[in-house]
Amino acid sequence: MPDMTEAELQALTLSLEVALRSVLFSLPLAIATAWLLTRRRFAGRTLLDAFVHLPMVLPPVMVGYVLLLLFGVRGPIGHWLYHSFGLRMAFTTRGAALATAVMSFPLMVRAIRLSLENVDRGLEEAARTLGAGALDRWCTVTLPLMAPGILAGAVTALAASLGEFGAVITFAGNIPGVTRTLPIALYSALQTPNGEASAARIAIISFLLGMAGLFAAELLARWMRPRLGR
Amino acid sequence: MLEVRLCLERGDFDLEVQFSAPAPGITALFGRSGAGKTTLIHLLAGLLEPDSGWIALDGEKLFDSALSLNVPTHRRRVGCVFQDLRLFPHLNVAGNLRYGLRRAASQPQRITMERIVTLLDLGPLLARHTWQLSGGERQRVALGRALLAQPRLLLMDEPLAAIDVAKREEVLPYFERLRDELTLPIVLVTHHFEDVVRLATHVVLMDAGRVRAQGNLPTVSLTPELGALLGSEGVGAVIEGRVESIDAASGLATISAGQHRLLVPGGSLQPGGALRVQLLARDLILATAAPVGLSVRNQLQGVITDIKAESSHNVMVSLDIGGDALLARITTLAALDLQLRIGQHLWILIKAVSLRGHAR
Repeated sequence: MPDMTEAELQALTLSLEVALRSVLFSLPLAIATAWLLTRRRFAGRTLLDAFVHLPMVLPPVMVGYVLLLLFGVRGPIGHWLYHSFGLRMAFTTRGAALATAVMSFPLMVRAIRLSLENVDRGLEEAARTLGAGALDRWCTVTLPLMAPGILAGAVTALAASLGEFGAVITFAGNIPGVTRTLPIALYSALQTPNGEASAARIAIISFLLGMAGLFAAELLARWMRPRLGR
Repeated sequence: MLEVRLCLERGDFDLEVQFSAPAPGITALFGRSGAGKTTLIHLLAGLLEPDSGWIALDGEKLFDSALSLNVPTHRRRVGCVFQDLRLFPHLNVAGNLRYGLRRAASQPQRITMERIVTLLDLGPLLARHTWQLSGGERQRVALGRALLAQPRLLLMDEPLAAIDVAKREEVLPYFERLRDELTLPIVLVTHHFEDVVRLATHVVLMDAGRVRAQGNLPTVSLTPELGALLGSEGVGAVIEGRVESIDAASGLATISAGQHRLLVPGGSLQPGGALRVQLLARDLILATAAPVGLSVRNQLQGVITDIKAESSHNVMVSLDIGGDALLARITTLAALDLQLRIGQHLWILIKAVSLRGHAR
């Protein structure tokens, strides 16, 4: 493989950073949402379900625009974050991770929800008769049995995060070293005269990264399967 | 001692039961599928909430609708062996066994890991994953796991249903050991009468959400309610006795039941062991005079206590053989011919080969 330039390497590490931060931030929320949607009956459940899935059907640019309205320094949430905690979201790496997280959230929730639906309630009942309270059961029976689904959700979200473009460029911009992730770098290279070689290198990096991710997920799943009795 | 009075209505099914289960011993909930046995087990475990009634275990209330008392399942200390066993697939055998044990750490550990491992022969299985176990092994692990949670009551829902008939013998002796060594009440759901004869010390007969009869097996075996459940071919008194001796040459065991002696096929019986014998009503022959020159090995004497028409051509004769009671089905024609009447003294003949002793 031809040598990467400093800028391409930067885009790679930045992409990984954004994707990891996005997944780590959204994972607990996705588990909580999956639990709400699967195990709780409450008014507005259908509405929450639809809302979670919105990013899948809306144009990513529009999601980025809505984030800008909400999380921009003058937006209601952005204003509060900035004045209470000094946190700036728009046009920062943190913002890129937020936009990525919002976009990949439905994928993650779907995978986790599916795994929660497949958890045998009978096993939780058995845990109850063995003296385990609600939180105890959740941690020692439900979560371990969901682990493959959580992993699948996290990996899918990670892979999607690496490729997120529209929402990130709209909300976080195209700032080298701050928000210029691989796909944005690829786009920028194509816009630059004589950028074809760089674009090709970034495309190859993205491809290899994706393959490595899928491969790692498969290995993990194989390692986990016997530990779950399947 | 478990005492229960519960009502539950769910759609077109309603359950209304009152029974008690003495300790130590196995109380069999016997009935067809759909009678409400599994529902009752779920109510006792607290996995379902009854509409009204109470559950008292050793005098302590676990549920009482009048007091709005409902001890949650995880604090009831009611062990459960489910029909589908429900071993945790993400834990190995030792992990499964320890699950309840850890959570009962504050209780006095009367049932220790060593004792369960010995009692149920689990030693070689401890490091295995649950999917590497045979049906009988899974059964034993589920049983051990429930017992290690230090329960005050053990519920077993069709524990033998998942095991094919040939393998039952592999598990039954363990149940007998539990019954004889543990002091807690055990409630066992079954629709196999043979399990009842073999294991139960007390029987609760259920049908359509109601208790139809309860008591010790010899008493319940005489009730028409049991007859209705077993069908006319299965009706017959169960008597309890002890193996006196086994004659190696004839292969027959002599058993004593009350003042009577009976010969039954020796099979796997042990001298001195307690056993039960079911004398099917259709297998009994009645004679008004002492018979001679017959191949029949068992002759008892008794007095007729009741004669009931069963159908247009059969009658059921109840007999008292001095303490124990028997049922004999004969044709109406035979009853008329012999001029049978209540209070009449009779000889009762039973072929040894028609009997089967169940060690208990």
